[in-house]
Amino acid sequence: MARVGVFICHCGVNIAGKVDVAKVTETIGKMPEVAFATEYKFMCSSPGQKLASDAIKEHALNRIVVAACSPTMHLPTFRKAIARAGLNPYLISMANIREQCSWVTEDKEKATEKATDLVRRQVRRIAHADPLEDVSVPVEKTALVLGGGVAGIQAALDIADGGRKVILVEKSPSLGGKMAQLDETFPTLDCSQCILTPKMVEAAQHPNIEIRANTTVKKVGGYVGNFEVTLERRPTCVDATRCIACGLCVTKCPVKDVPDEFNAGLGTRRAIATPFPQAVPAIPVIDQEYCLKFTKNKCGACEKICPAGAIDYEDKGAEETVKAGAIVVATGFQEMSPAVYTEYGGATYPDVLTGLQFERLVSSTGPTEGKLVRPSDGQEPKTIVFVQCVGSRDPSKGHEYCSGICCMYTAKHALLYKHHVPNGQAYVCYIDIRSPGKNYEQFIRRAVEEEDVRYIRGRVGKVQRRDDGRYRVFTEDTLVGRPVSIDADMVVLASAAEPQSDAASLAQTLGISYDADGFYTEAHPKLKPVETATAGVFLAGACQGPKDIPASVQQGSAAAAKVLALFANETLRKSPQVAQVDSSACTGCLTCAYVCHYSAIEEKQAAGRQVAFVVAGKCQGCGACAAACKNKAVTLAQFSDDEVFEEMMR
Amino acid sequence: MSAPEMARDPKILAFLCRWCSYAGADLAGTSRFSYPPNVRIVQVPCSGRVDPVMIFKAFVEGYDGVLVAGCHPGDCHYGTGNYHARRKLAVARRLLETVGVHPDRMLFTWVSAAEGRKFAEVCTTFAEGLKQFAGRPKTLAREALAK
Repeated sequence: MARVGVFICHCGVNIAGKVDVAKVTETIGKMPEVAFATEYKFMCSSPGQKLASDAIKEHALNRIVVAACSPTMHLPTFRKAIARAGLNPYLISMANIREQCSWVTEDKEKATEKATDLVRRQVRRIAHADPLEDVSVPVEKTALVLGGGVAGIQAALDIADGGRKVILVEKSPSLGGKMAQLDETFPTLDCSQCILTPKMVEAAQHPNIEIRANTTVKKVGGYVGNFEVTLERRPTCVDATRCIACGLCVTKCPVKDVPDEFNAGLGTRRAIATPFPQAVPAIPVIDQEYCLKFTKNKCGACEKICPAGAIDYEDKGAEETVKAGAIVVATGFQEMSPAVYTEYGGATYPDVLTGLQFERLVSSTGPTEGKLVRPSDGQEPKTIVFVQCVGSRDPSKGHEYCSGICCMYTAKHALLYKHHVPNGQAYVCYIDIRSPGKNYEQFIRRAVEEEDVRYIRGRVGKVQRRDDGRYRVFTEDTLVGRPVSIDADMVVLASAAEPQSDAASLAQTLGISYDADGFYTEAHPKLKPVETATAGVFLAGACQGPKDIPASVQQGSAAAAKVLALFANETLRKSPQVAQVDSSACTGCLTCAYVCHYSAIEEKQAAGRQVAFVVAGKCQGCGACAAACKNKAVTLAQFSDDEVFEEMMR
Repeated sequence: MSAPEMARDPKILAFLCRWCSYAGADLAGTSRFSYPPNVRIVQVPCSGRVDPVMIFKAFVEGYDGVLVAGCHPGDCHYGTGNYHARRKLAVARRLLETVGVHPDRMLFTWVSAAEGRKFAEVCTTFAEGLKQFAGRPKTLAREALAK
């Protein structure tokens, strides 16, 4: 006999402002299943939880309904609370009378009526629920970190220092990510590579870290604690086990005009190359698109010169399957192409650069070895204009969001410019200045007040190339309300930070979700910033949203802490929401096994015939099998036909 | 339900997958996008859990319309559940017609966790569309007889 206790939350005025809570309590209290009903201001508070656990004992309640916010928010809270009072934690249901009722219903009477109905349904549903026990599964204590930028490196190092194995997967030939391409960093102007490369080397030499460069994820199977991941290394034609990283092959390569990705398209590299001098691993890679061996079947210079016999033109890449208990996704961002902004000439004018290109141009490892000159004629730019928000805060052509990092890196660029060209003039065209970080505002002030960088508030309309090779920037000064034009030698566009072009397909492989802009979605925007909705998959860095270096490093460490906490358990408790087959009703057709995405259904012999059988450790509880079974022999715990029917009855 | 009442606010049963569409409905709430009060949401782990029997039972139970929403193609938390749902519910729709329920009383759509506004709009538009059935018998055959 069900004795349901019902607790109706006011949520301050969030619910009580629209719903007549007392009336709901009174109506629900009359249901035959209900042994006790009450209301309280904040059920999630500790007195609220105590109210529930005390009532369980006092009124011998054996089922609980809490009518409050979305179960996504507080169901785990109340499960723990009733477990403390000795009740099975799965004998609770929540009626979502806030998100689904008080917040979306205008009429008070209708809201009260709806809230009553929502609670009534949960009472009937929970009365039909059975107690459940968690499923216990072992944990593979190896972490897979995807992305070798600063966030991924930080996560890998922290996990490795915690004594756990890490496989660090990087798509490109070297660790380092975007940070390796930067010259100096705000707000301290310390050299980016000087602070990053020691970490890259530390990761490479760490006994607990294995690096997989030139590698991507092809397939992900399994679940938290027990992922099975297929990694795919692309053909590099250089045997990493033999290469001694002497670099002779690179010096002998005759193909010298390959656009250099590391230098953001400025300058060129060879067809066999390491991306930059401090690359980790320092193994060169052959670019088959340009290598003469592949385009014309001749040359072979690198093979001849290599003292280690490491060149292998037959390399077809490789696949390997690894086991991991947790996955940290730290795949970063890409700089938006300014090509859609034809009015700025970002993709057409030689001296209109993106932020990353400017970064390479002033870097001592860049195409000009740090000499700040115009790509068009090699002259020093006497006047430079920085255009902010190119692709950010512009839903019509770019992205609606603020990229967050551009105000700061533009101020840094302006300072770097002034340090290269002390008598030059720098202008920054901005919409707003956003500098909410430690010492960030002071950094902007330094650019304006100490270095005489002129800030002009207004969106740039057009950049025009003049006959003399200079550029006229048309903008407005909205603070004085008049149009302004500036003649400049160089223009730098603060291009938006956007998700990697393969972000969506990786999300689908991993089974995580992404937002309308394509950034990966955290489990909760405030309280679970590095978790995803998929247990065991964590986020770090700019793949979750644009971020500067400190924030990326913080998330790397935060994700590592989550992984280490997970690995502190010998076994994991998994939700009991798994399917079960009633073998007496099963006809052995195995339609359920056909629809199962996790290969969790096997066949077995029972009473001399073949029937389906669910491996609880593999089952993820989606219920596709329960819906597919023609004989209704499969039941999904927590979502049985009975429970769903009881809830949907009017 | 009496005809005038239904003309105001048709009764809708919505099966929402836990990962995308239920979260989308939560976001509609958090963002205060209101929608007709007669929508009743049943959370399912995945749209693939929705058994056609649930749809038929809903009509027997007296709902005016049934909405099923899951993750967008490719985004299913369980890999392929939304595809199973799409195929199964396409058949269910035809069966509805066979048993005489107007197929437009059922709607299968995608709502992501980021689409709070879309969820509210889907509910509002679906409810508007259902108003055409106000005062009409539940099955097509009865309707034909009435003429």
